[in-house]
Amino acid sequence: MNDKTAIEAHNLTVSYNRRPVLWNVDFELPAGQVIGIIGPNGSGKTTLLKAIMDLVKKSSGYVKLFEQDLEEVRERISYVPQRESVDWDFPASVMDVVLMGRYRKNKLLKRLSKADRDLAAEALEKVNMLEYSNRQISQLSGGQQQRVFIARSLAQGADLYIMDEPFVGVDAATEEAIMLLMQEMKKEGKTVVVVHHDLQTAKLYFDWIVLLNTRLVASGPKDQIFNEALLQEAYGGKLNVLSKVGELIKEKDFPVREK
Amino acid sequence: MKETLEFFSFSDPNVRFVVLGTMILGATAAMVGSFAFLRKRALVGDAIAHAILPGVCLSFMVSGDKNPIALIIGAVISGWLSLMVIDGISRTTKLKSDAAIGIVLSVFFGFGILLLTSIQNSGNAAQSGLDNFLFGKAASLTQDDILIFSGIGLVLIVLVLLFYKEFKLISFNPDYAKVIGLPVKFLEFLLATITVLSVAVGIQAVGVVLMAALLITPASGARFWTNKLSYMILIATVFGALSGLMGSYVSYVAPAMPTGPWVVMCLSLLTISSIWFAPKRGMFARFKQHRDNKKKILQENILKLFYHLGEANQDFEAGRSFATLKASRELSESELDRGLKLLKQQNYLRKMTDLWYITQAGLEASKRVIKLHRLWEMYLNQRLKLEPDHVHNDAEAIEHIITPEIEQQLERELDFPVKDPHQSTIPYQES
Amino acid sequence: MDGFWIILSGTLIAISCGLLGAYLVLRKMAMVGDAISHAVLPGIVLAYLFSGSRETIPMLIGAAVLGVLTTVLIELFYKQARLQIDASIGITFTWLFAIGIILISVFAGQVDLDQDCVLYGEIAYVPLDLWFTASGINLGPRTVWIAATLLLLILTFIYFGRRGLFITTFNEEYAKALGLNVAFWHYALMGSVSLTTVVSFESVGAILVVAFLIVPPATAYLITTSLKPMLWLTAFFGFLSSLGGYFLAVWINGSIAGAMATVAGIFFLCVWIFSLIKQKQASIPFRA
Repeated sequence: MNDKTAIEAHNLTVSYNRRPVLWNVDFELPAGQVIGIIGPNGSGKTTLLKAIMDLVKKSSGYVKLFEQDLEEVRERISYVPQRESVDWDFPASVMDVVLMGRYRKNKLLKRLSKADRDLAAEALEKVNMLEYSNRQISQLSGGQQQRVFIARSLAQGADLYIMDEPFVGVDAATEEAIMLLMQEMKKEGKTVVVVHHDLQTAKLYFDWIVLLNTRLVASGPKDQIFNEALLQEAYGGKLNVLSKVGELIKEKDFPVREK
Repeated sequence: MKETLEFFSFSDPNVRFVVLGTMILGATAAMVGSFAFLRKRALVGDAIAHAILPGVCLSFMVSGDKNPIALIIGAVISGWLSLMVIDGISRTTKLKSDAAIGIVLSVFFGFGILLLTSIQNSGNAAQSGLDNFLFGKAASLTQDDILIFSGIGLVLIVLVLLFYKEFKLISFNPDYAKVIGLPVKFLEFLLATITVLSVAVGIQAVGVVLMAALLITPASGARFWTNKLSYMILIATVFGALSGLMGSYVSYVAPAMPTGPWVVMCLSLLTISSIWFAPKRGMFARFKQHRDNKKKILQENILKLFYHLGEANQDFEAGRSFATLKASRELSESELDRGLKLLKQQNYLRKMTDLWYITQAGLEASKRVIKLHRLWEMYLNQRLKLEPDHVHNDAEAIEHIITPEIEQQLERELDFPVKDPHQSTIPYQES
Repeated sequence: MDGFWIILSGTLIAISCGLLGAYLVLRKMAMVGDAISHAVLPGIVLAYLFSGSRETIPMLIGAAVLGVLTTVLIELFYKQARLQIDASIGITFTWLFAIGIILISVFAGQVDLDQDCVLYGEIAYVPLDLWFTASGINLGPRTVWIAATLLLLILTFIYFGRRGLFITTFNEEYAKALGLNVAFWHYALMGSVSLTTVVSFESVGAILVVAFLIVPPATAYLITTSLKPMLWLTAFFGFLSSLGGYFLAVWINGSIAGAMATVAGIFFLCVWIFSLIKQKQASIPFRA
């Protein structure tokens, strides 16, 4: 387990409704770090995560995880979707949701073992939610919902955690707890990749920053990234020519790659 | 043939009634349904159609006869109630609108069936014909029906025209409508009433289940022809009326055929053909666009090939054999052959004694593609900070789509660079 | 005795529909269930034509084919033609239903199906169609046997598929990220719905299948917070609707299926009002 590179994206282009929302994104992210993906609204952060997890179709390029294809290392990767992406009125308990982290491909018919339950309980303990394990998910606060999602992910026992906006709509205590947890995970040698929108806290939370605005603006250790010029570039609006070409591609239904 | 002539002479008063009736119903429903379609509430129309039945039955039970006005009033009341219940369920419970629609649709209809069968079993002779609300009776519309239908239809059409702007606004942008002070609540009430009324009338032609088609299908088809709301409504209305005509024609020629389902059949076919054949948005148009894109890419690639060969030995005027061309690019023989012929037609290439030559016009065109390719590589390198060895593939595609306007903008933004990231010269047209 | 058979078959069908419907409601796909239940009609008619009788197997095949065709058509309109989803559903099922009715008219001589039956079934005739063994022993109504077999199948599917159904219903993206075959669960559920629809079709008709698919689970959903009790309660409401519906129909001499849907609706209304009152109480602050 001494991988150097957690994620490598190579010339990644992803379109939504035929219009490219990510253009030729190209980076390598080191393993064992807490990494923030930062950018303005609509800059393609969530799309990037989904492309990494193979949840959206790539128009071009590829992603390698620990230098392999996703399918080969799936067990080592865990994904935390946006909290708002599910209906929390669903009739299920906290434990039911966290146990999903123990579901495995081709083993869905098999009963979950005692060990699975222990791992789920352990994960809940880590986010300070063990006492809520029988609580219905509809009765949770936003912060608690987020913790449940993270616990589910922890229960997977992965090496790389990919989290979409875990700090949105959570209370200060939860934010603090998640931040500490990420540091904890880093100490255990895990890699954490987080989509984040707040520049102020980004500097505190992450070791490595990816600045995104439809295209990659910069990727590197946070000290190199936090300078006026780069931030200005990331938040200074979209590139005019790029948007126009994107519009044209949508209108003409043009391929982003010849083949 | 004889039947066809008979039908279209409209000499038979029955034919006139049926045709006129179904056309008016089809047109009104299509017009009103366009707004339901835009508001993404197509299935609510289905629910209303089902929910009308108990109102009709109760109205009959109270009044004791089949006075069409009384039945329609009953229908409108229960249609209205169903809308309120759908709204209430999705507002006050954790159920979403799809479940709310399903509940209202099935329970109201079940209750209607219960009442209807109960009336039928009671032996009341006056009830016969109530089930027209269930299956429609397009083929047996009478003069009275037509008078009522066209009266109501006319009122609805006038209302839609009068409030066209307002309805458009609440369909596209209800928040904005509220901000500029439109009485959104009232307008929604009005639109809902119009919808319920058109369903209450239309259902007598095609029946409960197929009513939804009369509302949704024409608008869906019309959407493929235009982006403008007024045209869309117009096309939908024409579709609705046309299907009414065709449906009644089919059942006139083949009397065993039910009119209502044939109206819906014609509507569906019109819409499906629109999906396929409409210019621009239709599937065929999109396939053609794809083909044109491919054709453009192929031709420009061959032109580029000539440029590259010329650039390599500084001789752009030399003739190239098919084999040379084939060897230098990943093109299949047939593709290359097709591309060469196309370019010859446009006088970009000439062919003499088995060798291909590029013309002056062809050279200019090839220069432009090369320039765009290299400019885009430059752009990716400078603006997107891509390494020089990562820019080629993207430029291979984008070079074919850049318009002269974007071309100028690129030149200005990059300040007319001379070399691309690979240190190849960017050719500018001499002017 | 007739009443018993009717209530029993109604209950069996209501439970099968309700259990699957629970997942449709949770997936916010209630109207797809509605669409399938209408769209299987041409499949049933064609099966009739080819087999020349009301054999169960050809009907199941016909319905299954049409059920899948419906979902495929909806997807085609939605994804390929880029039409909005509600319109895609609406166009598909009305078109297929119209084809079904036209087929019935064309082959009126050969097909023993009429429009009334299509819409609201003939559950009252269930006790008349008895099943005899070769030696002539009366095993009871055929429909009850078929409905019981169906229920058994559905129960097996839901029991063994509970984890797959749960995760793909609650959070499809996460399921995909785990590498699970999301499409399989989608089509398995839709296939089961078509199957259930066609079995129920004869007894309760197209539209009342929708009532059983959606109303009992929606009712149960309002007053439960976990899946297991929701499913149990769905079955219970299904039973009560069949029971109450039968007696209501006898009382006012009307369609039994219509009455069952009505009773299901009454239960929903009661539970809805009850939950509204509870909400009100919860929102009133305590005053000491």
